[in-house]
Amino acid sequence: MATTVHMEALSPTMEEGRLVKWTKQEGDPVKTGETLAEVETDKAVMELVARADGSLVKILVPEGKTVPVGAAVAYIGAPGEKVSDASTAAPAARPVVSSPSVTSAPAPPASPVPTPADATRVKASPLAKRMAREAGVDLRLVTGSGPGGRVTKRDLEAAGTQPAAVSSTPLPTPHIPPAVAVRSGAPYEDVPLTQIRKTIARRLVTSLGPIPHFFLTTEVDMERAAEARAALNKELGDQGKVSFNDIIVKATALALTRHRACNAWFQEDHIRYWNEVHLGMAVAVEDGLITPVVRNADQKSLSQISVEARALADKARRRQLKPDEYTGATFSVSNLGMFDIDQFTAVINPPEAGILAVGTVVEKPVVLEGQVVPRKRLRLTMSCDHRVIDGATGAAFLKTLKQMLENPLAMLL
Amino acid sequence: MANSFDVIILGGGPAGYVAAIRAAQLGLATAVVEREKLGGVCVNIGCIPTKALLHSAYIARLLKDAKEFGVEVGSVKTDYGVAMKRSRQVSDQNSRGVEFLMKKNKVTVIKGVGLLQPGKKVKVGSDVYEATKGVIIATGSRVKGIPQIGLEINKTTVISSDEALFLEKTPASLAVIGAGAVGMEFADIFNAFGAKVTLLEALPRILPIEDAEASDTLAKSYKKRGIEVIAGAKVTKANVGKDKVVLDVEAGGAKQTVEAAVVLMAAGRAVNTENIGLKECGIQLTDRGFIKVDQRLQTTTPGYYAIGDVAGPPMLAHKGFREGAVVAERLAGHTPHPIRYDNVPSVTYCHPEVASIGLTEEQCKERKLDYVAGKFPFSANGRARGTGETEGLVKILRDKKYGEILGAHIVGAHASEMIHELAVARENEYTVEEIDLAIHAHPTMSEAVAEAALDSLGRAIHM
Repeated sequence: MATTVHMEALSPTMEEGRLVKWTKQEGDPVKTGETLAEVETDKAVMELVARADGSLVKILVPEGKTVPVGAAVAYIGAPGEKVSDASTAAPAARPVVSSPSVTSAPAPPASPVPTPADATRVKASPLAKRMAREAGVDLRLVTGSGPGGRVTKRDLEAAGTQPAAVSSTPLPTPHIPPAVAVRSGAPYEDVPLTQIRKTIARRLVTSLGPIPHFFLTTEVDMERAAEARAALNKELGDQGKVSFNDIIVKATALALTRHRACNAWFQEDHIRYWNEVHLGMAVAVEDGLITPVVRNADQKSLSQISVEARALADKARRRQLKPDEYTGATFSVSNLGMFDIDQFTAVINPPEAGILAVGTVVEKPVVLEGQVVPRKRLRLTMSCDHRVIDGATGAAFLKTLKQMLENPLAMLL
Repeated sequence: MANSFDVIILGGGPAGYVAAIRAAQLGLATAVVEREKLGGVCVNIGCIPTKALLHSAYIARLLKDAKEFGVEVGSVKTDYGVAMKRSRQVSDQNSRGVEFLMKKNKVTVIKGVGLLQPGKKVKVGSDVYEATKGVIIATGSRVKGIPQIGLEINKTTVISSDEALFLEKTPASLAVIGAGAVGMEFADIFNAFGAKVTLLEALPRILPIEDAEASDTLAKSYKKRGIEVIAGAKVTKANVGKDKVVLDVEAGGAKQTVEAAVVLMAAGRAVNTENIGLKECGIQLTDRGFIKVDQRLQTTTPGYYAIGDVAGPPMLAHKGFREGAVVAERLAGHTPHPIRYDNVPSVTYCHPEVASIGLTEEQCKERKLDYVAGKFPFSANGRARGTGETEGLVKILRDKKYGEILGAHIVGAHASEMIHELAVARENEYTVEEIDLAIHAHPTMSEAVAEAALDSLGRAIHM
């Protein structure tokens, strides 16, 4: 019977470890106390040692992979001993889970092969490489279906990143994921952190606390949104009411479909870019706040959002939300408009990469075509996780959002 | 229970025996039901014996030209009967080879006619066998005649390849109806063995599924050898006599009669779907008569799969091989690489050989693809000149923007061997540039492949 080698807590605060290097290979004889692997903890690179004698019969975790403390990483057994698949599959395949909401998120479809773990080398066919180069598509963002996760022409086509299909919203810098159409089949796509992304993550964290926030503020003219809201409410009559918040939720969701880079989760060793938009909506409750989730908000009508948001907020205040109603958001909105707050900064709800802080709609003098006129104005502040979102990325998203709110008809496009 | 297996395969032809071997390799208890010899049409009355006969034809033709190579052999006499017997030995060897492989992989071979029954069961004689994981239907196909115009196969004056493979001697004259791979190969064989051969094709070109340029090259080569080629030919009536057949043929607006001692029917195949219990199991057919399958090759009744000719075109042994392997892997719980049906090579082993993969130039035009054709003739290839095999060319059709190999066509000696470089390239999505980057040995026929790739980029070296 083989002995399981677990990821051990090599420091008092260690929760997970990255397997830097296997110093023993499959088939090598090992003795109790001998070093099996080098593991990078939250503090330093430490040694994982054997707790049994025998042969290293099976390695479960490849180099470079991070696993939680307690996960099986290898088996020590008699030389040549076969470890049954059942015992190897579960622990090795389980990804790092850093959010409870994973359980409530729609399960990803079984993919034949995982995305390559090594971010420095992209596996893609020569044709796919060439097509991606011409179209400016980052192949690391495409899930490969070929042998060993190799990206093929078909994968590019499936990802909607063919030259003709590339979205018309170009983003300013090459490091920003391309504007891939958000709806592309799979609910999300895991993209390993590139070296630069890792460095950014590491350095910003040390400078600004666990999540390196930065903030972007913009002022939005809400005249036309107010007109649209009034017209809609007249149309709805006593069938309900659309609030500014509903319009903002809808616009934010739609803007996120055009800026997948902001619709993402930071996952320690990779960034999960969501292909679906689930919008968290901060609701103040008696002794705190909770963020119920409007699922697929981009696809719902304003009246649907209105009804759903109200129902969720009610449930939240009565503490009747079920876990799947407050987990799995891909981005959040926090609105303190009802408290007459002009502008504020919200704290990101990890692992989400951004949150939008919405102030109150206030009438104030604005210079318009040389005239000072009273206009309804709204201040939006986006908090961004700098490990995921760069300044220009967030700004591009906010610009789209601003355009949508200032011209609500654009949401119909 | 002795009559229970994981997988039962109906038919021991190429698709069936490969499915059996792969299933057995993956640890499944496997049985094959075969009513005749293992290896199916391919091994016994198809691919394998015809390749033996074609080589005899090749030698006959080579010896006739031997003098200019400095080798005198006197007069060349051919004897189809001897060639036929040799081809039978080759077939028997191969069939025994399949038998050996069944034994080696511990596949149970059940001799007899299998009948599908509901509940993943197969009845052979009075025994009923049960499959726990799946039943695979691989019953293949057979030649068909055209009874509508009086050309029912009578096995004497109107024959199919089944009979042609067992003839003791060459008929004085032979009309071949159908210029697909089978018709082309038999026309080639009997021409070399001295028959007066007329090749009739209903479609406007011989080898109609191949690129027009390949087809034209062959038509020229055949005519040069004295084979009469009539394309766009409609046989309106057939007068089948005791020792000859007279065909009324309309071609190009003109009527003519073709008289031959024997007519060889090579105008298509019918699938073996009758009397195997499909209906009883609820297994449906397509409009064209093939067994209806989904992407996983499962029939309309869960637990029953179809592979090879019965599962649809192309009716090629190597397509059946792959389907067999893939279904076996699925039944064993694996996730096989999906079959790319657009990347199945097609080969005709006549002389010169024709091999192709992907789209023809005509298809590129129909689909309005932006393509570039690169070509290299074997007349400019040193190796081909040395062997006197300068007929033909390599043609590569590449996408103009990305260099994707849309299609490749080779006419020439050993085309059947050279096509695989392009099959590998296409399967892995190499572009013409990767073909060029791989160094090709000199002097070889394969250099023409690299040169055609270069020509498509406007920079062929030896031309």
